[in-house]
Amino acid sequence: MSQHATTYVPKSAAAKWFESRLPIAGLVHSSFVAFPVPRNLTYFWTFGAILIFMLGAQIVTGVWLAMHYVPEATRAFESVEHIMRDVNYGWLLRYLHANGASMFFIAVYIHIFRGMYYGSYKAPREILWILGVIIFLLMMATAFMGYVLPWGQMSFWGATVITNLFSAIPLVGDTIVSLLWGGYSVGSPTLNRFFALHYLLPFMIAGVVVLHVWALHVVGQNNPTGVPIKSGKDAVPFTPYATIKDLFATIVFVMFFAWWVFFVPNYLGHADNYIPANPAVTPAHIVPEWYFLPFYAILRAIPDKLGGVLAMGGAIVVLAFLPWLDTSRVRSANYRPLYRQFFWAFCVVCVLLGWLGAKPAEGGYVIASRICTAWYFIHFLVVLPLLGLFETPKPLPSSILETVHAGRKGGGAGLPVGAAAEPSIKG
Amino acid sequence: MATTATAAPPATRRDFLLIATGAVGAVGAAAVAWPFVAALAPDAQTVAAGAPVEVDLGPIAAGQIVKVFWRGKLIFVRHRTDAEIKAAEDVNVATLPDPQPDSARVKQGHANFLVVYGNCTHLGCVPLGNEGAFKGWFCPCHGSVFDTSGRIRQGPAPINLPVPPYTFVSDTKIRIGEESKTATKTAAA
Ligand code: HEM
Ligand code: FES
Repeated sequence: MSQHATTYVPKSAAAKWFESRLPIAGLVHSSFVAFPVPRNLTYFWTFGAILIFMLGAQIVTGVWLAMHYVPEATRAFESVEHIMRDVNYGWLLRYLHANGASMFFIAVYIHIFRGMYYGSYKAPREILWILGVIIFLLMMATAFMGYVLPWGQMSFWGATVITNLFSAIPLVGDTIVSLLWGGYSVGSPTLNRFFALHYLLPFMIAGVVVLHVWALHVVGQNNPTGVPIKSGKDAVPFTPYATIKDLFATIVFVMFFAWWVFFVPNYLGHADNYIPANPAVTPAHIVPEWYFLPFYAILRAIPDKLGGVLAMGGAIVVLAFLPWLDTSRVRSANYRPLYRQFFWAFCVVCVLLGWLGAKPAEGGYVIASRICTAWYFIHFLVVLPLLGLFETPKPLPSSILETVHAGRKGGGAGLPVGAAAEPSIKG
Repeated sequence: MATTATAAPPATRRDFLLIATGAVGAVGAAAVAWPFVAALAPDAQTVAAGAPVEVDLGPIAAGQIVKVFWRGKLIFVRHRTDAEIKAAEDVNVATLPDPQPDSARVKQGHANFLVVYGNCTHLGCVPLGNEGAFKGWFCPCHGSVFDTSGRIRQGPAPINLPVPPYTFVSDTKIRIGEESKTATKTAAA
């Protein structure tokens, strides 16, 4: 068990012949079989696998939808209704795809907040973290353009509001917007190019995911203690331990996903998007999809056009600088009593922003949005840099193994740890 | 090489090739980028569809706002009442976020008709007519308030609703998309 660096040895002559020409089996073996995994990982570490599954699911359902979808302003809405009514299981494909986007974001938010809690962005994982931020940005662009495709009222006006954000850029703003639109307003050329990009971006995401996993396999996984693997005893091999756990978690997640698809397929959507796009009338209440709401609230909190756009962009960009904004050398919040409280306060602020983003921009809601927006940035720009200087962390365990044996907090939620600790199991 | 050479080495054939290839490659890349960016711009068909449109003002009653499209963009044609015109004129222009007198936003002698783009200058929603503190327009998206001259008075929108190019073809007809002074004559011909 203490030997993880087992290298792949091809057994058959054919495998040897292949491996000496393209060593892909060895690559898979060292990345997903022999790869050492901290033995105290909790279920929060299964969301990476869930995200890869969801990306695959979106691509497969998306390609099938694209076989029936028509990216043209006068026919797009109709073609989506055609998918819903006439195409065999078209309703299922579309509901899987539409709800799949939401599930994808649920998983990515859990994944991101997991990273924030356990300090997974700190050295040596900065590049890994930044690649994650890039994936998140690409996901947002993809989901935004996908939501435009059904060409309902929310599609149209969401596209109008978001593309108009670029007009806030001084001097070149209007030119950029007209290049985005391919016209003088959001219209058929816009829809057509959004479809092309909506098809393309997921494959770019897949490319960045490869880099993300590559970086992960260079620096290794973080774990609930934040203490790195020090000896073979701190780790277990990826297969079977992580493999089976990831599969199990994915299946449970798919059940959750299926519940939305089969029981409340339109709950996360907006009824106005079943009204065909009408450029003469804006819905009384424009709201983006739920996963954009916190950022939308930040946009609206600032009473200035350029300022609002910068704040919204900044709210995402600031994530990329997290590795350097957090000055504490201790990774896991389990050993940072103050940071842990600020972390939860930050979570509450994010949820509040999400709630406010769905409310009309008036009166008390605006004031609350401003307070939350201020706190969002204070957390990153003031609290995190200072905390590292003033906070006294709790003593760190000397190794992962120590916390597992002591069965203490920081070892994570028992179950898998117990299984992995079985000495009889041979990797 | 640079670390071992004592004097600058003479330029070689390879140095020449590197610079020449790099230069030609860079110019080529820039030249190829241009058509790609240009292809994103509105195409000839879209531009052609932007031919001027005529609007008959006759049926528009005082107090009514009519929506028309030119180049796919929404335009409000508002037949203002005397009270609305007065409200638009009786304003200390200097105090406005985007100072513009009402007279600069209508055609001379036609102050009863206001023609403005119908998308909020904040992020493009369609403001609701006769709403808001100034009974001009109110944008439900993020709360911008416009007066009866289409000028921004409150809220996040940075500038007034712009006035599209248009001309009076006759007293009861305008042509949107054309600003020329001689338009009246050509149209009458
Ligand atoms: C990162 C992965 C993806 C995400 C997050 C995503 C997200 C979305 C969203 C939110 C919608 C709107 C659903 C609705 O309300 O109807 C949509 C629609 C659509 N997507 Fe995707 N998508 C992804 C990948 C793909 C791929 C790879 C394709 C392949 C062509 C695709 C094709 C389509 C089509 C044709 C529609 C319009 C039909 C419809 O609205 O249901 N998507 N997408
Ligand atoms: S779009 Fe009108 S206030 Fe934002």
